[in-house]
This record gives sequence, structure tokens and C-alpha cells, in this order.
Amino acid sequence: MAELKIIKTAAETGLAQEFAQARARLAGGPAIAQQRTAAFDVFAKEGLPHRRVEDWKYTDLRALMREAKPLAAPPDAASKARAKNAGAVLGDVETRRLVFVDGSFVPELSDIAALEKGLTVGSLSHALTNNDPALSVHLGKLAPVSDVAVALNTALMGDGAVIRVAAGATIERPLHLVFVSGEKPAASFMRSLVVVEKGARVMLIESHEGPAATGYQVNAALEMVVGDAAHVDHVKIIGDGADALHVSTLAAAIGAKARFNTFTFTSGGAVVRNQLFLNFDGEDTVAGIRGATLLKGKQHADTTLVANHIARGCQSREVFKSVLDDEAHGVFQGRIIVKRGAQQTDAKMMTRSLLLSDRAEADNKPELEIFADDVQCGHGATVGAIDPELKFYLMARGIPAAEAEALLIQAFLGEAVEGIEHAGVREALMDQVAAWLKART
Amino acid sequence: MALLEIKNLHAGIEGKEILRGLDLTVNGGEVHAIMGPNGSGKSTLAYVLAGKDGYQPTSGEVLFDGKNIFAMEPEERAAAGLFLAFQYPIEIPGVATMTFLRTALNAQKKKRGEAELSTPEFLKTVRAVAKDLSIDQEMLRRAVNVGFSGGEKKRNEILQMALLAPRLAVLDETDSGLDIDALKIVADGVNRLRGPGRSFLVITHYQRLLNYIVPDVVHVLSKGRIVKTGGKELALELEARGYAEYQEEAAA
Repeated sequence: MAELKIIKTAAETGLAQEFAQARARLAGGPAIAQQRTAAFDVFAKEGLPHRRVEDWKYTDLRALMREAKPLAAPPDAASKARAKNAGAVLGDVETRRLVFVDGSFVPELSDIAALEKGLTVGSLSHALTNNDPALSVHLGKLAPVSDVAVALNTALMGDGAVIRVAAGATIERPLHLVFVSGEKPAASFMRSLVVVEKGARVMLIESHEGPAATGYQVNAALEMVVGDAAHVDHVKIIGDGADALHVSTLAAAIGAKARFNTFTFTSGGAVVRNQLFLNFDGEDTVAGIRGATLLKGKQHADTTLVANHIARGCQSREVFKSVLDDEAHGVFQGRIIVKRGAQQTDAKMMTRSLLLSDRAEADNKPELEIFADDVQCGHGATVGAIDPELKFYLMARGIPAAEAEALLIQAFLGEAVEGIEHAGVREALMDQVAAWLKART
Repeated sequence: MALLEIKNLHAGIEGKEILRGLDLTVNGGEVHAIMGPNGSGKSTLAYVLAGKDGYQPTSGEVLFDGKNIFAMEPEERAAAGLFLAFQYPIEIPGVATMTFLRTALNAQKKKRGEAELSTPEFLKTVRAVAKDLSIDQEMLRRAVNVGFSGGEKKRNEILQMALLAPRLAVLDETDSGLDIDALKIVADGVNRLRGPGRSFLVITHYQRLLNYIVPDVVHVLSKGRIVKTGGKELALELEARGYAEYQEEAAA
């Protein structure tokens, strides 16, 4: 064996130690244990991704992740009490809340009574302990096993939500997964599985938050099955504390004639990597894949999307907007793949960044890989400052400079936020934008 | 007392002098027309007055109601009652017209220490003004100027003027790109706002607009200076004879 051994970083060594110590007590039967070991081996072989790994080119996790925090302990009564009002980001939107504190499901803070007909809700730790058959069918099958962030999640997953929406059921009240982390400077690995059966309809919101100063680490992955003719609206709000490291993944397998919308709102965290792996497995599905990012200080946020058109006749619209102030660094990598059989795919991807400072940086990497010959695909990327002509027009009407900029930034992000069908959620996010702008001046 | 006093104003863009010693006095309630050939400095004057970035005064002074306007930000000039109707009104995607109008009106009121308008009061005011100017309510529901025709954009400028009720309105080539019907609507809107408390500076290349907005005083601008001042008949004279003699005079 003459294989070159790369020197491990403190974080890599730390993750290996955490896994070695925890593996015996991590939930799940032998099959799950084997899955964890196989996943950990992917990480052990690759190490943390760095800038020479193309998919992580702009987010050098090996450099950005100095150390591995210890696995978070289950929350105590005080932590739970502090999490009581978590999820306030949604304002007065009526939701069914499922609350996770430092990576553990907290039933007493969650609304799990009187579930609508067709809705099943549980925790991953419970499902793992009880060998829920849904796990063996889907868990780890939707997210790419070769991705190191996903591999670490699979190896160390502690808790999360397991949700099923039965065929034909319409769940009026949005489900809200509230993730509160950072009571201690620890690491949480959360994994959720959502199965939306044929013709069912549901809205699922994930929100992440935590205190500013604890430097906690979150790795959250969500695997989702969107059945034929199902309608799913997914929204993720990344509002972690200013020192947090946040890595999250959405992996979805989308059936035929479905409606699928996902939106990511990012304003929190020190380092954020948000991954979307979407497979269009069924024909004639319509998808909206959008995001808005607001960064300041030295924040770094990377959105990496792979939209994989496998079946014919699907339409996808990708719109990602970022507003970058101070020395913030925004990254967007979007890859649209059109497989040989995916004729009549209609995919359009647009990414725009607005730089509010000379020192802010935006990196946009759109990619198209097209193997079919009868498709409409396009992408566009822009990076620029606020248009001085627009700003002057507003100021000439009496609107002060800061307010004029705020109006223009709201308009800029509004184009992406408008893609969310739920009016209350749209308003809640625009309120977040307004609050961010207010804090800026 | 003069509402606007421009004394020996020199100004330009990127170090290039365009206004070369301009003098002009506009009293309260007067309508002045500034006519001149292309490149004489008409739009530069409009932008210097409104405070656009890059339009730098190098010497001379401009007093608005006795105050030095170069010490004021563009929004302060607006709140003090200076309004510029743009030659090319800008499209602002994503900013709703009503939000824009309300933000502008209330920002000015706030700056002046007046009470801001409530939503119902504001809506009532805008609707009344829009009706006077034959502006469709549907236009007000769109983003600012987005998808508007040239005539609609100019009418929207006049709507803003009517709503903001300035003391001095500078109309920068408001007639450009308008057909005769649109021109009449715009001129009607301006005429309705004429009164002892409001002055106008109507900047135009052609005499046509002045058939509908009849000025008290007409100035000829050439090479950055006022080279002749007269009554409304001066506009007709210019229409008949062109600007050639003034351009030569200024060059001499």
C-alpha cells in the first residue's frame, strides 16, 4: 500500500473520535449501523472537502471548519424552556410545529396532537430504535452517498422528523420543523425523511436558529419523496447565530405531474453550505427552485444545486438572489442535468448578486449538462451594485439615500420571494428582509 | 423675493465645463421657459439643480428660497419643494408605484415636520390626482414606470408633481417623445398646478410645448449661458428663425 496519506486536520481527527465514541450508542439496528459505518468510510477516505474538490471549490470546509465540536447532549429543562418561543421568524403564520433542540426532538414543545387525517409524524430516533420500515426503503437512498456532508450526516444522525402524508391527503396547516441549536458549542446531526404520497399536498418549513456567540455546528439533511401528482411547498430559513457553521442538504425524488417548490432564505450563520439535490424522476412535473440570501460582516454562504432531469417534459425555474454587504462572500453553484431520455425539458436558471460593498464577493457557477436534443435550457448570472440612476430617481422624489437603497434591495429580493405561494410566509420573509435592512442603517 | 436665484453658475460633468456663467432668477408663481439647441446645457442645468451625482458645480451659487442648494442632499432639495420631471423617467422593477408614491410623499412630509398621510388619506389623494390626469388605476398597480409607454411615463411624472406639490418644478424636455394628445394631457396637468405659490422652469428644445404651457418669461440658453431673455413671443421667434444666431453669438 503506497497510498499517499494526507495529514488530517484537527476537525477531521475530532470527527473520527466523535464517531468512534458514539457509534455504539447511536440509534438503529444492524442495517443502520452498517449504513453509518459505510458512510463514515466515505468521509474517512475523502476527508473534509477543500477547494480542489470542484463541488466545494468556493467553500473550503477543511479550512473553514477549524475543529469538530462534541456531539450535542440531549437538552435539559432549561434549554427546552429557552426554546419555547423558537420559530418566531414565521410571525403569525399558523403552523404545526415540531421542535428540535440541539438536535433532539422535544415532544412537549411540539404540536403532535390531533393530526390531520393522512398525516403521520414521528421522530427519527424513535423510528431508528423501532426499525421503522420506511427507513429501510428510503433513508440514505435519496441523498448522494458520495457527498461528504451527507456521509457525515448519515454516520452521525441522531434525530429528526419522519413524516408521511398519505395518498390524496391535503394538509392545510403548514408543518414547521423548528431547529434550535447552540445552547452549548456542540454539533448536531439531524436527518429527516418526508414521504408525500400520490396526489397529496403539504407545505413544509424548516427554520434554523441559535444564539450568536456559541460557535455551534449544524448538519441537517432532509430526504423527501414527492409522489406522482403531489404538491409540495418547501421553505428553509437559515437564521443561525453569527458564529455557527451550518451545513444542510435537501435531497428529493420527484414523481410525475407533481408541483414542487423550494425556497431557501439565508441570513444567519458564519459559514453556510446549503445543498439541493433534486431528481425529476417522473414526467411533466413543474418545479420552482428559489432562494434569497442576505449576508454581512464576514459571512460566507454557499448554495449548491443539482437539478437532475431524468424524465421527459419537466419544467424547472431556478431563481437565486443574494445581497452581500461588508466582506461577505456569496456562492451559487447550479447545475442542471438533462439526461438522454429527458426530452422536452424546460429549465431556466437565473442567479443575481447585489454587492453593497467593494469588499463583498459573489461567485456564480452555473452549469448545464445536456444529453437530450429537444430541450429548452438557459442560465444567466449577474453581479452588480445598486443602480445609481434608480437611486437618484428615488432621492429626487425626497426619499433619503438609505431608504432608497432599502426599497431597491427589497424589490430585488422580492422577485425571488414572490415565488412562494403562501402569502403569510412571503410576508414573514419580507419582514426579515426589512429587519435586516433596518439593522444595516 | 426670488424663489430661485442662479448666479454666475459654472458646472459640468467629469471635469468638462458645460454651464459657463449662467444667471437666472425665477420669482414665486412665474413660469420660465429655457430654450436652447442640443448641447447647450439644458439637461445639465436640470441635474445640477436636482443634485445628481457627478454634476458638479465649480463656481457660482444657486439659492432656493434664499438657501444654498449645494449644501443640500437631493432628497432635502425635494423636501424643500424642488421637483425635477425627468426627460427619461426610470423604470424601477419590483417597486410598486403606490409604495413609491407613498414613501416619497411621507418622506418629504416627515422632513418638513408635517404629519404623514394615513393609508386611506393617501389613497384618496392619489386617486383624485390620477383621475385629473386620465391615469388609469391599473397603471398605479404596476411597478414604477415598468411597461409604461413614453406618454404614460411622462404622465406619471406629472402625477408625482401634482402629489408632491412642489414650489418649483423643473420640467426637463417633458414634451420629448409625446404625441399631440399626450402633450395636451401633460400640459393640462401642469396648467392646473399653476398658481401664485408655484413656479416652473420649462426646459424645451421646441416651441410646441409652449403653445400649451404659456410662459411668462423665455430664455435662450446657448453654450452654457443665458444669451437672450424675452416674453413669450421670443419662443415664436426662435421657432421661425432657429438657434443659429445665438450659437454664433455665444461662440464669439
